[in-house]
Amino acid sequence: APPQRCPSCPAGPAVGAVGAMNCRAEVLEVSVEGRQVEEAMLAVLHTVLLHRSTGKFHYKKEGTYSIGTVGTQDVDCDFIDFAYVRVSSEELDRALRKAVGEFKDALRSSGSDGMGQISLEFYQKKKSRWPFSDECIPWELWTIKVNVVNLANEQERQICREKVGEKLCEKIINIVEVMNRHEYLPKMPTQSEVDNVFDTSLKDVQPYLYKISYQITDSLGTSVTTTMRRLIKDTLAL
Amino acid sequence: AMDTDLSSQDRKDLDKFIKFFALKTVQVIVQARLGEKICTRSSSSPTGSDWFNLAIKDIPEVTHEAKKALAGQLPAVGRSMCVEISLKTSEGDSMELEIWCLEMNEKCDKEIKVSYTVYNRLSLLLKSLLAITRVTPAYRLSRKQGHEYVILYRIYFGEVQLSGLGEGFQTVRVGTVGTPVGTITLSCAYRINLAFMSTRQFERTPPIMGIIIDHFVDRPYPSSSPMHPCNYRAGEENGAVYPSVEDSQEVCTTSFSTSPPSQCVFTVTKAHFQTPPPVVTDTLKVPVMGLAFSHQLSSSRLSYQPAAVAVGSADMGYPVLFAGGLNAAHPHQLIGPGKDGGVPPVPSQPAHGSQADQERICTPLDGAHYSAVTPSSSEDTETVSNSSEGKCGSPHDLLETIFIRKVGAFVNKPINQVTMANLDIPFAMFAPKNVELEDNDPMVNPPDSPETESPLQGSLHSEGSSGSSTGNTHDDFVMIDFKPAFSKDDILPMDLGTFYREFQNPPQLSSLSIDIGAQSMAEDLDSLPEKLAVHEKNVKEFDAFVETLQ
Repeated sequence: APPQRCPSCPAGPAVGAVGAMNCRAEVLEVSVEGRQVEEAMLAVLHTVLLHRSTGKFHYKKEGTYSIGTVGTQDVDCDFIDFAYVRVSSEELDRALRKAVGEFKDALRSSGSDGMGQISLEFYQKKKSRWPFSDECIPWELWTIKVNVVNLANEQERQICREKVGEKLCEKIINIVEVMNRHEYLPKMPTQSEVDNVFDTSLKDVQPYLYKISYQITDSLGTSVTTTMRRLIKDTLAL
Repeated sequence: AMDTDLSSQDRKDLDKFIKFFALKTVQVIVQARLGEKICTRSSSSPTGSDWFNLAIKDIPEVTHEAKKALAGQLPAVGRSMCVEISLKTSEGDSMELEIWCLEMNEKCDKEIKVSYTVYNRLSLLLKSLLAITRVTPAYRLSRKQGHEYVILYRIYFGEVQLSGLGEGFQTVRVGTVGTPVGTITLSCAYRINLAFMSTRQFERTPPIMGIIIDHFVDRPYPSSSPMHPCNYRAGEENGAVYPSVEDSQEVCTTSFSTSPPSQCVFTVTKAHFQTPPPVVTDTLKVPVMGLAFSHQLSSSRLSYQPAAVAVGSADMGYPVLFAGGLNAAHPHQLIGPGKDGGVPPVPSQPAHGSQADQERICTPLDGAHYSAVTPSSSEDTETVSNSSEGKCGSPHDLLETIFIRKVGAFVNKPINQVTMANLDIPFAMFAPKNVELEDNDPMVNPPDSPETESPLQGSLHSEGSSGSSTGNTHDDFVMIDFKPAFSKDDILPMDLGTFYREFQNPPQLSSLSIDIGAQSMAEDLDSLPEKLAVHEKNVKEFDAFVETLQ
């Protein structure tokens, strides 16, 4: 399998290679029915963001800061026998739902294959001097590979509800294991640097800077971006 | 262990962090087994009162139990804090489901910064605990508790006892945090025999205990601490210091269906714990049960009832708990279990926790009164909870549960059993004050036709009923003379009335009379062979015709 590359620096070194940032990459795979895609994605993304969000920082004199409070709430899934906890922030929830909705629509319109992946990347901004633009340096990448299955009857759907629920329980345990490793996290920033590390645009919580992207796999089994790259390479080789 | 490396301030801070971490751990675990969805609010401006920057409410009794178990000690090597979650059926059988263990081992991390890194990692660990408590099998069981079983918790301190979990139990690690005095680990050991039974099976198959046989073994260590239901009415057996529901509180269900089935109302009154009340049940799934269970059943319906009662009552002096499902307009409304809640009807919580519903749930009734622990202050929670305990007054007797059958709207019941005030129908205030008896309902019993006057003077159109005159001519009335409306006798040789009388009973159509019908049928049958012969001759024409149609 080709080495994992961060979506924001596809030309850069592969993860783990010398020269790569400490970008750890985790991959989760799920097989779900079409109508379960959204809830399954939200469950995983919210669980990750629960661990990667803090309260709002309030900087005081002498470089000290205090941290706001993060509330949490239970979410029940409708199409999966599963419940998860998310951060109590409607803004964050809306942002995730929007991304997941786009992913789901793209999956649906891609044809009958139903394979794709959605990525949640945490990054830091490194300011560069003019004329260079700021760099985005990822430090953690979560990829969820999704395989959409079609089920024939209600009995299969019921089994799928339970099975996917159990699978998601396993995924949550996996996520928590990764979080518990206490590996690289960006240093707590000074006030002038806080926007390079955290997303301070939300009013009630403060997640690390993140971006969500997705890829749909075409029926040849290759991801669309890979195909494009190959085309360009081939063209240039002429 | 020598901790001269650790400054005394750091040591003090670390001890405090571990202590409050232990208390918050217990809160998260017990709250996750209440059978309800939890919701707390984020707050951007720090009040300085939320430990680990997380909004985790403190149920005072849980804190009390945890402190009692810890007895001033902290988790250390060989001394772990354990929260045992078990299930108890309506028949009184119980079974351990999970043991959550907060342990300390000797692996020290001297380099780590206490006030910063340890604190943040403890916060992260609590978030992991929030996530993991929803994925073990006991979570789904606890969401469905109430009618056939309840979930109980027990806190103990000392050696971990896993033998009650049966064979093949599994362990999940929530996480670890290294500190200069040792590494804190948090994990859960859970029974898996139940995992093979879906919760639906579990509810449907009594007796449950027959299937899993290994837990009947006597426990090597008898429980040193009492079990508590994971729903908050308990504590009465200790001579409650905690506020309980006030006298004769009637608790109403909040079902809003327009034609509800007979509803069950719990009237919670003070009563002696010893004598079981006569429990009236009526075609409901709720079983008649022993007292201990009925007490717990009532508690499962009354989550945080003290908080509910305490709405607006400043003299309770009691930290307000999270008002799960509380409706400010109806402080005594019942908070039902979650999505799959059973009898009695539960508040119409949308199953997907819609935003509006969640925000309602999240409304802190009294934001300043979380059982405040201030990391930055040197005060302890003791002062807060002590003051509340002091104000709570004398212990209450235990609760009994009486089931009263209430009749819903549109139920065909003798009215004398129901008054409008009791009808739990939506918009009851708009209902008519005087309920008419069925007998008076004109739609059920139409008024008798008037007998004396109208035929003699009558008009074609008798009172209100336009078609009745056709019926009237047959038997009951003899029309001597009548004046049809709109007719003028002296203009036409034949007036409307004459015309009407002549043509009132026309003869039957011949084709409708039976004799003629029978005759023609016989003729038809006879002529059939002839007709068939004709058709056969013209078959080709018919076929051609059919083809033109296609």
